[in-house]
Amino acid sequence: MGPHTHLPVTLSVNGSRFPLLIEPRRTLLDALRHDLALTGTKKVCDAGDCGACTVIVDGRAVYACLLLAVDCDDRDITTIEGLAKGNALDPVQEAFIQHDAFQCGFCTSGQIMSLRALLDANPEPSDDQILRAVTGNLCRCGAYLNILKAGRLAADMQRQAAADV
Amino acid sequence: MVLSRLVGAEVRRKEDPRLITGSSTYVDDVRIPGMAYVAMVRSPHPHANIGTIDASAAKAMPGVIAVVTGDELAEYCGPLSGAAGEGGSGEQADYEEREEEAEESPPVWPIARGTVRWVGEAVAAVVAESRYQAEDAAEAVDVNYDVLPTVTDPEEAMKDGAPQLYSMVKNNIGATWNRDHGDIEAAFRDAPVVAKARIRSQRLSAVPMETRAVLATPDPLINGITVWTSTQAPHWNRNSIADGLGLPATRVRAVAPEVGGGFGVKIGAYQEDFIVAALAFKMQRPVKWIETRSENFLATNHGRDQWADVEIAAEADGRIRGLRMHVVQDLGGFPRGTDLAELTGRMSSGCYEIPALEFRSRSVYTNKMALGAYRGAGRPEAAFYVERAIDLLADAAGLDPVDVRRRNFIAPFDDGFTTASGEKYDTGDYAKALDRAMEVANYKGLRAEQVQAREEGRYLGIGLASYVEICGFGPFESATVRVEINGDVTIYTGISPHGQGQETSFAQIVGDGLGVPMEKIGVNHGDTLNTPQGNGTMGSRGLAVGGGAVVMALDKVRDRAQAIAAHLLEAAPEDIEITQGAFRVKGVPDRGVSLEEIASKAYSDSLPAEFGAGLEATEFFRPDDETFPFGTHIAVVEVVAETGVVKLVKFVSVDDCGVIISPGLVRGQVHGGIAQGIGQALLEEIVYDDSGELVTGTLNDYAIPRAFDFPAIETHHTETRTYLNPLGAKGIGEAATIGSTPAVANAVIDALEPWGITHLDVPCTPERVWRAIRDASAGTMAAD
Repeated sequence: MGPHTHLPVTLSVNGSRFPLLIEPRRTLLDALRHDLALTGTKKVCDAGDCGACTVIVDGRAVYACLLLAVDCDDRDITTIEGLAKGNALDPVQEAFIQHDAFQCGFCTSGQIMSLRALLDANPEPSDDQILRAVTGNLCRCGAYLNILKAGRLAADMQRQAAADV
Repeated sequence: MVLSRLVGAEVRRKEDPRLITGSSTYVDDVRIPGMAYVAMVRSPHPHANIGTIDASAAKAMPGVIAVVTGDELAEYCGPLSGAAGEGGSGEQADYEEREEEAEESPPVWPIARGTVRWVGEAVAAVVAESRYQAEDAAEAVDVNYDVLPTVTDPEEAMKDGAPQLYSMVKNNIGATWNRDHGDIEAAFRDAPVVAKARIRSQRLSAVPMETRAVLATPDPLINGITVWTSTQAPHWNRNSIADGLGLPATRVRAVAPEVGGGFGVKIGAYQEDFIVAALAFKMQRPVKWIETRSENFLATNHGRDQWADVEIAAEADGRIRGLRMHVVQDLGGFPRGTDLAELTGRMSSGCYEIPALEFRSRSVYTNKMALGAYRGAGRPEAAFYVERAIDLLADAAGLDPVDVRRRNFIAPFDDGFTTASGEKYDTGDYAKALDRAMEVANYKGLRAEQVQAREEGRYLGIGLASYVEICGFGPFESATVRVEINGDVTIYTGISPHGQGQETSFAQIVGDGLGVPMEKIGVNHGDTLNTPQGNGTMGSRGLAVGGGAVVMALDKVRDRAQAIAAHLLEAAPEDIEITQGAFRVKGVPDRGVSLEEIASKAYSDSLPAEFGAGLEATEFFRPDDETFPFGTHIAVVEVVAETGVVKLVKFVSVDDCGVIISPGLVRGQVHGGIAQGIGQALLEEIVYDDSGELVTGTLNDYAIPRAFDFPAIETHHTETRTYLNPLGAKGIGEAATIGSTPAVANAVIDALEPWGITHLDVPCTPERVWRAIRDASAGTMAAD
């Protein structure tokens, strides 16, 4: 099987299923951005060093540049495009706006997905846990302090929303 | 101008909604039918003559459309025009002791012709149907090189007999800039206190999260090409590309869409901008190139990279008698940062009244990537040397560094002060910022805590830096303010923000000026097809200069709206005021017209003929001079003696950027500036080995601050307005980078005082700190 052989794979992204025929060497990141035109997930290092391409696969925050698309057959993938429900932003997104937790926006999708995965697993994270969740997400604009604040606020908002239900 | 509601308020950024959902468009998110992809073949040698280039195997690979060499590209694309630096063409020759620059700037071809001069220089471009195919084929291009002797050390490069990068540049010295003031010999003769050090400001990479990216496509609408490019200055790129292709500027459109960070290294067209544009124009099909991260380390401008021999003479009470600063700037392999050392020289007096100054600089070509502007561009280096020198002086004189600063500060001034380096600072009150920082940080308490900690075997260090910097570069900036027919407002600006948030600031300014809510204001930038000729976002000039143009255009539009309102309300224009979202007669609040009504009349034939038609204005703001923000930063660190690990315990910044329009944006700029300044002080360094190979070519090798590296920061401000622009704003984009590096470095060195260490090069990595402690301990033992 050479690099140009194409294999069938079905990617399940944000609740929709996309059958694809792609090269085995294609990363999940390239498949999302190129084959599915989901360009909200960003490519920064393509080598697992920066976290910008973080998506949630089967409930865990992972770097999409380090997964091959063919290994993601039928796994449950969530990208930044899958967070907001219509005009209703995810609490993490809303908290990022309230705390100015980004400037140029290029690392933002990855930061948000890392925190989303954290809050899914742990609705009451400590500061240390929030920092640990995004420590693999580089931000050259240096918004870290505000990202921490946004993480705290998002947790509060989520708990509040749960209590209101 | 009534500043009431929006200016100075905490508002939400207009940019946020599109960025938070991942829906906005950066260059790599743009896709055009029929688009081909480019990958570069880059030189593995730092200095070599190019022999044969055999592309036959590459051309036979699947999807490959073309392989183009330097000579082939030169048939339809000229060399890069003049090297663009911070401030660009805006530099005014405003004093005499000016450069004796190298007479000729060497030509730089988009793809190397004949000789390569740095590892990573492009020797061929491969065009293919997909990016994977282009990258596969680039590896198959066989290039023969005749390797030449390499020089990587600028001191070596200046010696007779060293390898020469360009035949017309003698001893590889590409630029010099000197300044003499007062009697420097007398200042040092019999000086009670003299301190000196050789200080390194290391080579850095800006590491914007978005790498460089270019997409060019034939554009029949303008009979030319449109180029999407991740740049800070689209108008410059448009003009450079038109020059390179020999096209009228009207046939090239440059668009900077969303840009994922710039930090100075996206100023000016690069080789790849020319290559991609030329290929698209020649092949008449869309062509995209996205820089990889390792290419970004190899082939995007590096920053800093100076050595400075600094010597300071003072009285016993710490009053400065004289300062010598001799700088060697590494320029790397081609001309870009030839004016960086000049900026260092211009800021070499810092916040201080210095009776005698001797500044020398030599900027030297070496076989490495070129140096260019990086957040601060020449000024962080100056502040670092000066603030280190002050601490060295305090140490030598046995004085508190705060007292030495205070004793030498230029007294508060509000109408200009000319420094020893020849700069005319506009306004300043340096002691005020220092006082504020000391109060917020509880400096006295910190010193007591330090004494206590040392008794417990913990090594706290307290570092200060009082900086002043230069920004608000001209030569001009532009803006159009247009009231649309329904009363909405569109602003077009010549600057090109990429994370700074000027869409928000400008909407605040115009919103107040016309009584319009921010939601009804659109701000457009980055597209040469619809914005007036501009310069760009760099040198902390966006608000001070770009905002100046917005205010001028706003004033014109408001005057006209006021005149129309006066006509409609049968009142005198001077009796019209804007309150509660409408133009009203003063004292008669129920008589008013909305901007929408005014606009509908302006775009009709119902007003008297002398009113003409339309409701917009385009203005160009040309500042008379540059402006000088300042501040004081205080850093507190704890050094673990056993490991050399430095932990940032506390950071207090007091920045005076003049009048603040958007507090949230200012806070963001300060956080980002401090993060990058901490990076230089503790983590970052671009390393080449002696043979000219890049050692730090990935984010795994080049450490930038992470969430855990970031301390608790307290940001504060004093506000000293400038008279040089209508807003009174000075600039904040680079200030915190400039203040934070010396503050952190001084703190680390202060923590090492028990070992008698008075200087340490940055970055203060655990290894470097540990070695310094070990060597000093060994020295102490030997002395025993």
